[in-house]
Amino acid sequence: MTLYKGYEMVIGLEVHVELKTKTKIFCSCPTTFGAEPNTQCCPVCMGYPGTLPVLNKKVVEYAVKAGLATNCKIANYSKEDRKNYFYPDLSKAYQISQYDLPLCEHGWLDVETEEGAKRIGITRIHIEEDAGKLVHDDKHGTMIDCNRCGVPLIEIVSEPDIRSAEEAKAYLQKLRAIILYTGVSDCKMQEGSLRCDVNLSVRKAGEEKFGTRTEMKNLNSFQFIVKAIEYEYKRQVDAIEAGEAIVQETRRFDPATGKTYTMRSKENANDYRYFPDPDLPPIELSEAAIKALGDEIPELPDARKKVYMEKYGLTAYDGEVLTSDKAMADYFEKAAATTKHPKLAANLLISEFMRLIESESFSCPVSPENLGELATLVGDDVINSSTAKKLIKEMFETNASPKQIVEEKGLAQINDEVLLGRLVAEAVAANPKVVADVKRGKPAAAKSIVGVVMGKTAGKGNPVIINRLLEEELKKY
Amino acid sequence: MMSDLLKMNLSELSSALAAKKISAAELTKAYVASIEKNEPRVGAYISTDARRALDMAIAVDKRRAAGEALSPLAGIPMGVKDNICTKGVATTCASKMLADYVPPYDAHVVERLQDAGFVMLGKLNMDEFAMGSTTENSAMKITHNPLDTARVPGGSSGGSAAAVAAFEAAYTLGSDTGGSIRQPAAFCGVVGMKPTYGSVSRYGLVAFASSLDQIGPLTHTVRDNAMVLNAIAGHDKRDATSIDRTYGDFSAEIGKGVKDLVIGIPKEFFGEGIAPDVKEAVLNAAARYEKMGARLEEVSMPAIDHALAAYYVISSAEASSNLARFDGVRYGYRTAEFEDIAELYKKSRSEGFGAEVKRRIMLGTFALSSGYYDAYYKKALQVRALVRADYDRVLTKCDVILSPVAPTVAYKLGEKSKNPLEMYMGDAYSVPVNVAGIPALALPCGKGEGNMPVGLQLMGKPFSEALLYRVGAALEDDMGGKWA
Repeated sequence: MTLYKGYEMVIGLEVHVELKTKTKIFCSCPTTFGAEPNTQCCPVCMGYPGTLPVLNKKVVEYAVKAGLATNCKIANYSKEDRKNYFYPDLSKAYQISQYDLPLCEHGWLDVETEEGAKRIGITRIHIEEDAGKLVHDDKHGTMIDCNRCGVPLIEIVSEPDIRSAEEAKAYLQKLRAIILYTGVSDCKMQEGSLRCDVNLSVRKAGEEKFGTRTEMKNLNSFQFIVKAIEYEYKRQVDAIEAGEAIVQETRRFDPATGKTYTMRSKENANDYRYFPDPDLPPIELSEAAIKALGDEIPELPDARKKVYMEKYGLTAYDGEVLTSDKAMADYFEKAAATTKHPKLAANLLISEFMRLIESESFSCPVSPENLGELATLVGDDVINSSTAKKLIKEMFETNASPKQIVEEKGLAQINDEVLLGRLVAEAVAANPKVVADVKRGKPAAAKSIVGVVMGKTAGKGNPVIINRLLEEELKKY
Repeated sequence: MMSDLLKMNLSELSSALAAKKISAAELTKAYVASIEKNEPRVGAYISTDARRALDMAIAVDKRRAAGEALSPLAGIPMGVKDNICTKGVATTCASKMLADYVPPYDAHVVERLQDAGFVMLGKLNMDEFAMGSTTENSAMKITHNPLDTARVPGGSSGGSAAAVAAFEAAYTLGSDTGGSIRQPAAFCGVVGMKPTYGSVSRYGLVAFASSLDQIGPLTHTVRDNAMVLNAIAGHDKRDATSIDRTYGDFSAEIGKGVKDLVIGIPKEFFGEGIAPDVKEAVLNAAARYEKMGARLEEVSMPAIDHALAAYYVISSAEASSNLARFDGVRYGYRTAEFEDIAELYKKSRSEGFGAEVKRRIMLGTFALSSGYYDAYYKKALQVRALVRADYDRVLTKCDVILSPVAPTVAYKLGEKSKNPLEMYMGDAYSVPVNVAGIPALALPCGKGEGNMPVGLQLMGKPFSEALLYRVGAALEDDMGGKWA
């Protein structure tokens, strides 16, 4: 990361993740996304007078799993608090959250960026309820959809350990991967089931004291997060260099302009008047109960990554990419089991398949068996890499067996040295200028001869053999 | 005949109904007539519905005629404090804020009584959102003490106590956050129970102070009271503070007397501020217990002196949060004109709430504010722990603790309403019970100034209601019974 005007950025992230429990945190309404407005709410989540919250035990279990998966210490005694503020989407005018005794604390996770590995601390994870949604409409004005009221959330607060947009992105991807592995959320940023607030300050490199931070709220894509961080970093540095003070405030990122704008300053900030919610008894968890939940967590990305590196010889970076999505890792493992060229399968998946997959979470029309088969075809020199690329396109359309396509269309690589030798000799003889160039010390010129031979084989010639034969042929001149 | 019906206690009514000597419809008509006759001078109800009551009574009569086994309370007409939600029936909390509010669901206690075949005559007046000690804070009307209409009925469940005292309901439900059942019971000469925190579900009780609120019965007699508590107490999974245990029959110990029981007399409840007539009546009751074979023991509970201050901090803090939802957005009062959301909030709340409610919201908001939390709310929680410890300590050597409910008998309307602090002082003997979460029974123990009743308070360990009823009934019997 190159520093801008000698300043480094200090970032802490607050990530809200919706838990995919069947019912809400304090009532039995369903949590399904995208239902007709106000069809998934009841007097309890709408905060009607006289109603009371009853904690959904699954929420605690899910949060504990998220905490264990991020190396947190799980509290044996925790409580819920009220965060008081007025807003039309907050039906009780307070949010039930956790203040001084969160469920999980002191965790961390390791991230891999192109600059290497780094450990990012996790301050805490607490449970809380989501608010409703305001819907604006020219005809009716502002309306409230209470479906989201009481949808369970965990808030994951990182330490201010992050020093670049890449690290922030890597942290989020890792966190998302881990949560997906635990199965407690589907982490869909587009649907808002994973939302991120960025706290950012800057300081002269080498300085120990933190600068004044600003908070950017509800960034809902990795791309926006990176852009917002980059903009805000430079804005703060430029402001300081111009002799201005940074104001502690909440800022909004506008994707259209790529800039951040003041939302509200600290002077106008709420005093949330947190206090323990008298409607809810404390949450008590025995070590045995915590352990039982830990036992339900499947193998996590880092463990899988280690296996991939040791067993398949993958790089740390490739391992990180493959394990960043549980579905992708599962897919890869299935493919790897069907071929003796698992590393090739990984490369094909990362560099070729991923180009064609656009969805936020991994899903692939090609069966893992067919990826394995493709890796085998390439690894065994049955087809060359340009044929492989053509095949992949067809496989995405039809999920046909690559072996079958190769057989049907006669795409198999030509490894026949007699045939290739003859074609090479003919091409060399027909291009005396190239021969002269090579002899004059321009070996790259020989590439055009390879192209000619490839053309004659309809792209099926084995490039390794062609290159070797060409080298031998040129020696004759 | 009609007035005889009204003077029958619940078990007599229950037997007469079961034996079909009277019908629920007939009984309900008697109460409807009594309401018509007495309401103009008492004003206990915010709303009544004679037609609905009669329909409910007829339905019970039909079930009985069909041979169905019915609860002892089936067909007996009663009233509900207007902060307990009743589906389809306005629940106003005596506030302009909820003047037109009709809940979409029934409170747990209402469901329980519905199962028991209750007949609901109407909803009872109270101090706005249960904040007050005279029912003068109602935005709806003034309730008069039926024993002397120039006097207050007490509060906040003033309507619930007055309705029983004026024979406008066979029993009523109230709620008690700092004495709101016991003090009006004492002022009107009826029996009121504040059950152990967690024994009656709060689901459907519009919250004032969640950690202190508890629903309880107001009745003519101690036995009646136990009968009603039997119907409403019990675990409810919709209230996370409801305690899951076997509650048993609250009448089970009545009649066993008080011989060899140890009754604690804490000096902190008889010190400065107690009116001589109240002190005399309560100590006379203590003397009766001694004659009946109980042992009196003077005890000291030093933390009690701080309970009132802690109570006002805790209850106001919780209220400031509980009442924040009344913002004019989803239900309840909304101001006529506003420019933006901030003004909508400000004006709706300023216009919808009365002075006492605003005072408590401001007090509670202040106590929870950053920079003041430790000095007020946290300190109040520490006092709370000390009060509990005092009760724990005393109740290991005593079976029950005896005290007055309030320092005076019912005073005149308007006498204290201008001085909130003086009014708060009147809660000094009742609030420690809520702060500690223990049960307490209030029952008449004699007469004081102006021939007004004096209320005796019996406090016990958590879940000792059956014992409190036993001790209360012993005094009631010794004094010749309610109708003597």
